[in-house]
Amino acid sequence: MANVATPVTTTPKYDEDLLIEEYGYDDHFHEHHEGDKYQANFITTYIFSQDHKIIAKQFLITGMFWAIVGALMSLVFRLQLGFPEESLAWLKPVLGKWIVVNDAGVGTLAPEFYYALVTMHGTILVFFVLTAGLSGTFSNLLIPLQIGARDMASPFLNMLSYWFFFLASVVMFFSLFLNTGPFAGGWTAYPPLSALPQASSGSGAGMTLWVVSLVFFVVSVLLGGINYITTVLNLRTKGMSMWRMPLTIWSFFITAIIGLLSFPVLVSAFFLVVFDRELNTSFFLNEIFINNQALDYAGGSPVLYQHLFWFFGHPEVYIIILPAMGMVSEVLSVHSRKPIFGYKAMVFSILAIAFLSFIVWAHHMFMSGVNPFISNFFVVFTLIIAVPSAVKVFNWIATLYGGNIRFNAASLFGIGFVSMFISGGLTGIFLGNSAIDIQLHDTYFVVAHFHIVMGVAAFFGMFAGIYNWFPKMYGRFMNDTLGKIHFWGTLVGAYAVFWPMHYLGMAGVPRRYYSFDNFETFSHFAGLNQFITIAAIVTFGFQILFVINFFYSIWYGKKMTTRNPWGASTLEWTTPIKTGHGNWPGKVPTVQRWAYDYGKDGKEYIPQIVPAQEGETNVH
Amino acid sequence: MTALLAVLSLILIAIIVVQLGKVSELARKIRGEEEMQLMVNRRNGALSLLFLIVFLAATIASGLYYKNWFLGFGPHASASQHGGALDNMFAVTLFFTGIVFVLTHIALFYFAWRYQGRRGGKAEFLSHNNRLEVVWTLIPAVVMTFLVIKGLDAWNEVMADVSPEEEYIEIEATGMQFAWLLRYPGPDGKLGARDYKKISASNPLGQDWTDTKNHDDIHPTEIVLPVGKKVRVRITSRDVLHNFYLPHFRVKMDAVPGMPTYFVFTPSKTTEEYRQELKNYDEYNVPIDPDDPESLLKWEAFDYELACAELCGKGHFSMKRLVKIVPEAEYQDWLSKQQSYYESTIKGTDDDPFKSETDAISEAAPEEVEDLQEEAAE
Repeated sequence: MANVATPVTTTPKYDEDLLIEEYGYDDHFHEHHEGDKYQANFITTYIFSQDHKIIAKQFLITGMFWAIVGALMSLVFRLQLGFPEESLAWLKPVLGKWIVVNDAGVGTLAPEFYYALVTMHGTILVFFVLTAGLSGTFSNLLIPLQIGARDMASPFLNMLSYWFFFLASVVMFFSLFLNTGPFAGGWTAYPPLSALPQASSGSGAGMTLWVVSLVFFVVSVLLGGINYITTVLNLRTKGMSMWRMPLTIWSFFITAIIGLLSFPVLVSAFFLVVFDRELNTSFFLNEIFINNQALDYAGGSPVLYQHLFWFFGHPEVYIIILPAMGMVSEVLSVHSRKPIFGYKAMVFSILAIAFLSFIVWAHHMFMSGVNPFISNFFVVFTLIIAVPSAVKVFNWIATLYGGNIRFNAASLFGIGFVSMFISGGLTGIFLGNSAIDIQLHDTYFVVAHFHIVMGVAAFFGMFAGIYNWFPKMYGRFMNDTLGKIHFWGTLVGAYAVFWPMHYLGMAGVPRRYYSFDNFETFSHFAGLNQFITIAAIVTFGFQILFVINFFYSIWYGKKMTTRNPWGASTLEWTTPIKTGHGNWPGKVPTVQRWAYDYGKDGKEYIPQIVPAQEGETNVH
Repeated sequence: MTALLAVLSLILIAIIVVQLGKVSELARKIRGEEEMQLMVNRRNGALSLLFLIVFLAATIASGLYYKNWFLGFGPHASASQHGGALDNMFAVTLFFTGIVFVLTHIALFYFAWRYQGRRGGKAEFLSHNNRLEVVWTLIPAVVMTFLVIKGLDAWNEVMADVSPEEEYIEIEATGMQFAWLLRYPGPDGKLGARDYKKISASNPLGQDWTDTKNHDDIHPTEIVLPVGKKVRVRITSRDVLHNFYLPHFRVKMDAVPGMPTYFVFTPSKTTEEYRQELKNYDEYNVPIDPDDPESLLKWEAFDYELACAELCGKGHFSMKRLVKIVPEAEYQDWLSKQQSYYESTIKGTDDDPFKSETDAISEAAPEEVEDLQEEAAE
């Protein structure tokens, strides 16, 4: 090993106020913001807030609302899949006409609403929860705090970013109550199904609201992204060079760049769909006969839409997973009391993944009718992604090696994230190889793969982040015993839900099937489908535990008594327990070292604000 | 009433959860922050180890239990010539990823247990090791290179289109909401021209009846093919995207409106041969109707199936056609019994552009009948 370990003997105490006073930088912030108009009353403080910490909470709680809605939807369609014989008539008070009750009183989910639920579940989870709820929350909370900034570069755009997300949420929520049902053509909204109102009941008003909502959403992401990038580039405090940034900031920064480059492509695809719908253009439509009518569209190609969609769609999965990776790196390092192993390798692997994410999109389209020759390139680039991903996994494991791990809900979810990322990442090697994809494409193997690697894993990263930074957000702790129960229940439960789906997929069972009875080939797994449904319900129960813990702890959780409860070296823990507008009450701290001096030179940790000592080794 | 009960039980659960939390915090206070953390470390370290053992055991045991459903194993073996290459690719990938899966999980959860925070414990300052980074970059890179080369080799062979001089059977599958329409070229071996604007109730594929290549085209209700003959499926769609999916043959390709796609494959086992293989598996030796012990056994009733694998609307899950693979002689026999769609449905109707010619014949016919009647009378 390159660095010789020294025995830790002291748990040092640092006086952050003194250090900031001595080495900090006076930007006269509070002289300019005396009696800040932005914090004048309830509405400007909590509703139309321009404070990044409040906006982070707004993103988080809106995201949690959507997570619950999305999860409940999945339970309803899982009930249909697991227990097709059982009556769902008891859901009639909630779902109304979408539960079809026969003469015997047995209620079943209407197929069109089954597809609407599947579509909404995907849309909500991918966009509203794992993009806005994850990246929106933690980029907002941590970027200014960890780089030593007073707030975002543009607090006003930041506020707009949330409210566009809110607007998108309202429109999408409204679409759930349409008489014709919400959009039901899958979260990818492939035309012609999405472009032709007559193709399915959800493709009319449902699709219109879906697309309007998502355009608002993209505006939100872009406003947020520009802000994150600008803030990271321009507002780092003195001494915070790029190579001293915590990995959280690196991942939020790169995520924002990916978002800025990919979301506009999605919007362009949406606009072209809208043109096809409303103005009779033929971007994606060609030679269609539907509902006893030959349509006049000519010359378009649905495959073109898929190119545009996945040019966004593949980077999107990294928009979801990179922030989780960044937070897990931070959490694992802090709680094993060790520097993150291979900091530079971690940064370079983020950059490599970000770059590669733009040249692999067609691996979603091996079976879509594109020239098979083109697929060769996409196979190569797709499987190359396994290399930086493997490097990250090895570095996380090496971070635990030789540590003095403090087990709590945050570190456990960090460890669980690594497990999920391994399990889900490895199945990507099957799917990325086009030859195997011929059989596995659009089967439950794919469902298992992406739920584990970007669904569950991203949620684990988010949970690790929430448990770890909850004290910074609310000045109180979440109950950690409940947190650990939440972790073990979710770890076991999530594997119980998604692991068996691999077997369904290998047997060829296609995804997005309302019923498996029509085909002998797909009808062998009634028992397994029941098991998955039960596991999903139990796992959801553990999430209720989390929600109760979260909201109870906001008001009644154990109070923070010290400002740095985890003994972390990053800047956010140098702020007062009640962190006001501007984050630091006096001067802004300056940064003297990198973010990972844990267990060095006999000290348990050295905050970034402590200057290099005489005779200190390995100063970064 | 049920709603009230549900709300009450939710509140009850919430109260229990909150109390549970309070108890744990009380314990933390009594035992002291540090003692409690050490106990938590011991417990969760042990749980990590336990999870590792149970998880690996469960994945391996369930894998063995469901081994019959792995590609290339058990009753779900491939029934096409190219399928073996895919199944082999799957097995090779499973081998490498399996090793990585087990080793990384052992390292992850073993380290979690081994390096749990202990009394007076200290973490080592290990910030990086460039040689290790190079090693664990190169190893995956080499394995990936191997998988890419092997995978692309199989892919390019499987996806190759037929060459014009080759002998093959061309058939056509057209997706619509929510059924597959099938078309065989008939004796001339050529599929006739289509125009989607000509689609009607009596002309579901929009065949152009002035194109005589259409006149012998057959519209069967199931796919029947000879074993061992190369088949090129021309795949099209009338309305939205569909996907032509033959799970047993490892065949899958989108049906795109306005852009015909294709998939070339060679069936390697007749339906009967496949049934004989299924006979060896217990799960296929049960009656298809569990309530009727006299009904056929599952292997006896087995048939290959065509499904849709691209979401196409509310009936997506129901687009089934049966596929039958038979010996060459049986295929020729079946083919000779098929009547062309033109003959059976179009000929002589208003849709038939050659109606005037047929009319001439049919106009002549009554006279002939009269002649016959006169002859009979005499």
